[in-house]
Amino acid sequence: MEEVDAVDGLLGEPESLWEGGERHPADDHVAYGGRSVRSRRHLLLPVLHAIQDRTGWVSRGALEYACRRLSIPPAEAYGVVSFYARFALQPRGALALHVCDDIACKCAGADDLCAALEKDFGAPGGSWHRSPCLGLCDRAPAALVERAGSDHEERQVAPITFEGAASVLRGGHWPSTPLTPTLSPRGRGPLLRRVGVVDPLSIDSYLSHGGFAALRRAQEMGGPSVIREVTEARLLGRGGAAFPTGRKWESVADAPIRPHYLVCNADESEPGTFKDRVLLESDPFALVEGMAIAAFATGCGKGFVYVRTEYPLARKRVENAIAQARDRGLLSIDIEVRRGAGAYICGEETALFNSIEGKRGEPRNKPPFPVQVGLFGKPTLENNVETLVNVLDIVTEGGAAFASTGTKDSTGTRLFCVSGQVLQPGLYEVPMGTTLRELLNGHAGGVRPGRTLQTVLLGGAAGAFVTPAQLDVPLSFEGTRAIGATLGSGAVIVFDDTADMKGILLRIARFFRDESCGQCVPCRVGTKRQEEILERMLAAPDGHSQADVMLLSDIAQAMRDASICGLGQTAANAIGSGLTQLKVLNG
Amino acid sequence: MAETVFMGMPKRLVGITIDGRDIEVTEGSTILDACRRLQVDTPTLCQLENLTPVNVCRVCVVELEGSRVLVPACSRKVEAGMKIATDSERVRHSRRLVLELLASSVDMSLTSPQVHGWMARYGATPERFGSNAATVAQPVKVDNDLYVRDYSRCILCYKCVEACGVDAQNTFAIGVAGRGFDAHISTEFDVGLPDSACVYCGNCIGVCPTGALMFKSEHDMRAAGTWDESRQNVTETVCPYCGVGCMLELHVQDNSIVKVTSPLDHSVTAGHLCVKGRFGFEFVQRRRP
Repeated sequence: MEEVDAVDGLLGEPESLWEGGERHPADDHVAYGGRSVRSRRHLLLPVLHAIQDRTGWVSRGALEYACRRLSIPPAEAYGVVSFYARFALQPRGALALHVCDDIACKCAGADDLCAALEKDFGAPGGSWHRSPCLGLCDRAPAALVERAGSDHEERQVAPITFEGAASVLRGGHWPSTPLTPTLSPRGRGPLLRRVGVVDPLSIDSYLSHGGFAALRRAQEMGGPSVIREVTEARLLGRGGAAFPTGRKWESVADAPIRPHYLVCNADESEPGTFKDRVLLESDPFALVEGMAIAAFATGCGKGFVYVRTEYPLARKRVENAIAQARDRGLLSIDIEVRRGAGAYICGEETALFNSIEGKRGEPRNKPPFPVQVGLFGKPTLENNVETLVNVLDIVTEGGAAFASTGTKDSTGTRLFCVSGQVLQPGLYEVPMGTTLRELLNGHAGGVRPGRTLQTVLLGGAAGAFVTPAQLDVPLSFEGTRAIGATLGSGAVIVFDDTADMKGILLRIARFFRDESCGQCVPCRVGTKRQEEILERMLAAPDGHSQADVMLLSDIAQAMRDASICGLGQTAANAIGSGLTQLKVLNG
Repeated sequence: MAETVFMGMPKRLVGITIDGRDIEVTEGSTILDACRRLQVDTPTLCQLENLTPVNVCRVCVVELEGSRVLVPACSRKVEAGMKIATDSERVRHSRRLVLELLASSVDMSLTSPQVHGWMARYGATPERFGSNAATVAQPVKVDNDLYVRDYSRCILCYKCVEACGVDAQNTFAIGVAGRGFDAHISTEFDVGLPDSACVYCGNCIGVCPTGALMFKSEHDMRAAGTWDESRQNVTETVCPYCGVGCMLELHVQDNSIVKVTSPLDHSVTAGHLCVKGRFGFEFVQRRRP
């Protein structure tokens, strides 16, 4: 069977009947199970990917074989498969086209594209699927094509046209498009200096651009000094939560329990965000070096990079970078790349741990915090890709030099993913504290000629809308906080006067309803009710009822106060700010 | 002289303040333990003494000074100096919304009177989401002679999954499947219980707070309109099958056993039984014509 072949390809041949193999006489006389077998649970997602990549879906027989091999109860494994959007539990063809209809792609006509596809190729769910943000927003509309089989293939396509999509679906040629954004010289800084310059596939190219000098320097300085520099740099996490990186490193370094794990969060799934993808695809060695430094400073023996499944190229390049660095003897820790499976929630740090452990990506309650009880219950350092790449310059130039850029409370530069209805969408690196106006008009060319700016969504679906009157907000943690917004993941989605803001708000509500893990009541039912009420309000021809406005705000407060994790706590932000700031209902 | 017996490490006392009242509780207790010591009635749905707290229902949230969000009382351990409010505006709001969101999507009619009391206390009016609000309504699953599963009553408290798993039975016949509003309790590929790993210990029924899991005898009697708890007597006895000594509570109506439970605080069972103790009572009432 193909599935057995795919699973065995990853795990090796089964050794006994107990593991799903042939019956050997000795099998009757051995005890099987226990810790050594249960400890393979974390391989569940890789095994499921192997099955799905081979046959396009996960059949009951395949899942049962996987359970046998990994000693996982089938009911639990079923819970895991059905949690992740990318695993199919119904038979389907080898070819799958995922078309993004999220915020930025919606602005670029994704709805029309989907409607045209529906007309010619049937409703989504067959050969083509609607997808949340694919992280290719600067080239919207975006799509991801995959073909299952022993020669499994995946390709990101952006922009995708109807002709391109039709060609894919008719079994023809797959369009090929470059992925690295054209970087404007004005929007480049230390983080992007190697992007498009070094060969992302060659360690020699990276070394010739000063690669691994920071790791050497870190080893000369010693762990405590590295942490001191990172603390002095006042680097704040770039994933969205803005936690002081130095403090996190110190806590992990000081944790008495061993081993320590290092996890790089590359599950960038916030709609409108693609900065980590660009770093992973174009400068993967820098991440590997950053991880080596972090592991060295905090005593981590093993590292994981959790890359979302929507980034096949990034995954390949990081795997290649790790292998090359290991071959050169530059890596003292083992780093493994893990692939997400279509779940926004897995970007939440503790949900990500559960996902690596082969479980449903449900966030854990905090405390205990990951620095004490993280991956596999051990002290874990989890950092975002951009955060780790920032560490290189902090080590070579010193924390003080790093802190001299930006503002007092937000040091360094920051990557901003500008997308939507703007002249030059792309990735821009600017010092913290640069105004939004400068970023939009000075760097990204402002809105298209003849159009006026309606609003900007700062921080993605979990962020907030900023009005044209607020364009002078400094892009720093404290600056955005002052106007009730957030930098979040660095997503900057621009809407001109033609944008259908009602549609955008509904898409955001649908996004959270889709992506809620379902664990806690405020978020599970709250996101559903939020979508229902918003739909009702926007559809009402004679205006909305005040009771519905009240309901939305009641739900928002309960989600913010009582949800387990950041997803639920922010799920009402953009919608609330859309209703109050943009007066969408009055328009 | 008697020998010294090691009773474990001595536990320190931790002082906290709840609603302005100071209390000292042992280190490692939860806020809920402390609330109960002070007889502050705290609503709980997914919490049970014999299960690991999963803190998913969020109805027990309290306001902790210095914390940006509310914290679940059932799982948050006390720390010295904590200042807690259990009846602030924010707490009341979240508790009310949790109850409303649940009751608007799930049939809560068979929950304990206590739950209805909390709904009244917090002024929960689930109807305000409108008549078109999505629910989890679905047909009852009747696929065996021992118990039925009515997931239109399921609030997804995870208790049955815990009882089926490492907290009691270690059978793992059911798990949480799907995600978001579509998350639900399921066997693998939703197969019927006879095809699943279920061993019919019924411990999931024992922990279910909403009547989603129910003895088939109770389900049938309710359908026939003959179920009447006021006419039931509870007789305590010890299970006759093996030597473990599980305590049984036989719920008897009209001189027939209609349900078997075990007390949560019993030192042998902690509320959990096996298929024989739970369902093996038919022989008692086999009457010859």
